[in-house]
Amino acid sequence: MEKFNQHTGIAAPLLRINVDTDAIIPSREMKRVSKEGLGEGLFAGWRYLAQGAREPNPDFVLNRPEYAGTSILLSGDNFGCGSSREHAVWALKEYGVRAIIAPSFGAIFANNCIRNGLLPIVLPDEAVKALARQVEKDPQAHKVHIDLEKKQVVAPGGEVYGFDIEDGPRDMLLQGLDVIGLTLRHKDEIDAFQAKDREKRPWIYL
Amino acid sequence: MAQTLFDKLWTAHLVTALEDGADLIFIDRVFLHERTGSIALKSLEAEGRSLRNPALVFCTMDHIVDTFPGRTDDTIMPSGKDFIQSTRASAHKAGITLFDLGDSRQGIVHVVSPEQGVALPGATIVCPDSHTCTQGALGALAWGIGSTEAEHAMVTGTLRVNRPKTMRVLFNGDLGLGVTAKDMILHLIGKHTAAGASGYAVEFAGDAVEALSMEARFTLCNMAVEFSAFTGMVAVDDTTLNYVKGRPFAPKGALWDKAVSQWRALHSDKGAAFDKEIVIEAQDIKPTVTWGASPEHAIPIDGKVPDPATARSENQRASMKRALAYMDVKPGQILTNLSIDAAFIGSCTNARLSDLRAAATLLNGRHVAKGVKAICVPGSTQVKLAAEAEGLDKIFTKAGFEWRESGCSMCFFAGGEHMGYRERVISTTNRNFESRQGPETRTHLASPLVVAASAVTGVITDPRDLMRGGDGKI
Ligand code: SF4
Repeated sequence: MEKFNQHTGIAAPLLRINVDTDAIIPSREMKRVSKEGLGEGLFAGWRYLAQGAREPNPDFVLNRPEYAGTSILLSGDNFGCGSSREHAVWALKEYGVRAIIAPSFGAIFANNCIRNGLLPIVLPDEAVKALARQVEKDPQAHKVHIDLEKKQVVAPGGEVYGFDIEDGPRDMLLQGLDVIGLTLRHKDEIDAFQAKDREKRPWIYL
Repeated sequence: MAQTLFDKLWTAHLVTALEDGADLIFIDRVFLHERTGSIALKSLEAEGRSLRNPALVFCTMDHIVDTFPGRTDDTIMPSGKDFIQSTRASAHKAGITLFDLGDSRQGIVHVVSPEQGVALPGATIVCPDSHTCTQGALGALAWGIGSTEAEHAMVTGTLRVNRPKTMRVLFNGDLGLGVTAKDMILHLIGKHTAAGASGYAVEFAGDAVEALSMEARFTLCNMAVEFSAFTGMVAVDDTTLNYVKGRPFAPKGALWDKAVSQWRALHSDKGAAFDKEIVIEAQDIKPTVTWGASPEHAIPIDGKVPDPATARSENQRASMKRALAYMDVKPGQILTNLSIDAAFIGSCTNARLSDLRAAATLLNGRHVAKGVKAICVPGSTQVKLAAEAEGLDKIFTKAGFEWRESGCSMCFFAGGEHMGYRERVISTTNRNFESRQGPETRTHLASPLVVAASAVTGVITDPRDLMRGGDGKI
């Protein structure tokens, strides 16, 4: 998995609450049994003018020239709510997004981010809006800096916002760990649990 | 110490506390579907990893299959066949149980899992699908995950999970005539927002919940995810046990007795502490419909579309304004005279036998209004067969409803079949997000009673008007 340590990038404000995973990647854009080829479908309903066609909607933030190369999204409460589709994360990654800053996230989505090297950062609404205001003046020059080691977001103007993240997800991202491998280190404990549990709840083991 | 239902379920599955603060939780059941399970199985294959307990992994075909009679692997949805055939091949290779097309066990994952006795009280159940919380109604710990986590669960038999906080939602008293579990959950989310349970595992309790049938409890727990909960659950009682008994994958004989003796303890102890509690008086709940594009945009059926000026916050205001424009409704407007283009009865929320029966009581002897497209998609093949055995299909078709094969169908739009551009749909599903049911489709979420009543009149209708014998029938 791709590591995440520090990142400096162009941030685009998408200041809506409840941006759901259907909006991030509409189901009609999930065309193959694959994690690839999804970037083009990212925000398809908002990003393109007509259904199915690919004519960019000039008003959508990611289509505006000043936001070319966006790698950080700024958004409202409950980002990534709705469907569990991991395709939302794969689409964001393929597009080039490395981090999302919002006051809260859909739980499954946040987990999916961590499993794929994408950093979901929780900051209060006012902080997200303050970042957006600074960025908007000149997105290409006013970049946002993220330091996962220090758990900090540095605004274009130099203000520092600390954020919380659990140790587990943080370590996974910092080290780009293979989570399955990590868990299999506990194989003996899992085996012991299962053996004991089979006695207690034999009907579970079909 | 007094424990909550959640505490009991969690402790019983705790393999070990991990160094990083998460808990390693043993997973009893993994259920997959062709939309998101296909990719999990394929990626395990690619990495050469094998399943720890293949007998505990199940898969169904529900999301992108067609629902027309005589369906095959071909789908209206572009490339659906690829998902179906890839899933079938991977499922066979992995040695898991597949409820394939043509199998009488096929249907929507959260309907068939309990129906077949795959989901059991006291079990941990995961699926790469957000509505897995439905199955928590059995007194189980069931939650939605991503595809990568599904791989983790299949290979290791566990998941690394940060323990959520606990919330109890108490519904006191009795529900009124025409008020259902769907109205309870829409009412709750309308009052406490779509992010109201973020970070919590929610137990639904109280007289009104105890009085619900097992099927209605599934409806209640189904939309726990629309409330942003980690999961929803209901304590085990006789209703639960009567439902589970005799299901194909449920324990039998002496094992059944042993299981029941443990399952009887699956309730919150008296005095158990929750991190948060919400109390709702059941008598305050009316048939409830959504007016906007989030499940929190829910109002009593005789209520008025709210004015964004009354919003709780600036963000809510912006979301409400957007929703008003999208749905083409105005603040202060009453929904009960709004014309609909289509009525949909289906999905893992409200397409079980009791839902179809409820709708049929209103449709019997009546006909769908002119110009309204009405479709019923049973939640599983078993539900469909049972409904046909008691003649419900005849009531639906005579009333002008299409009667389909089971699947998710138009609960969501995947580029295939849909109700029509900007059409207004009254729907028993769980999500009214923009374009969820079709290109710019305007979805109003409601109970099967509201949907049936509205289909008949052609406008959003309070089912109690028909039930109270406005025209002499139930
Ligand atoms: S019926 Fe709808 S909500 Fe339920 S699993 Fe299918 S697509 Fe998801």
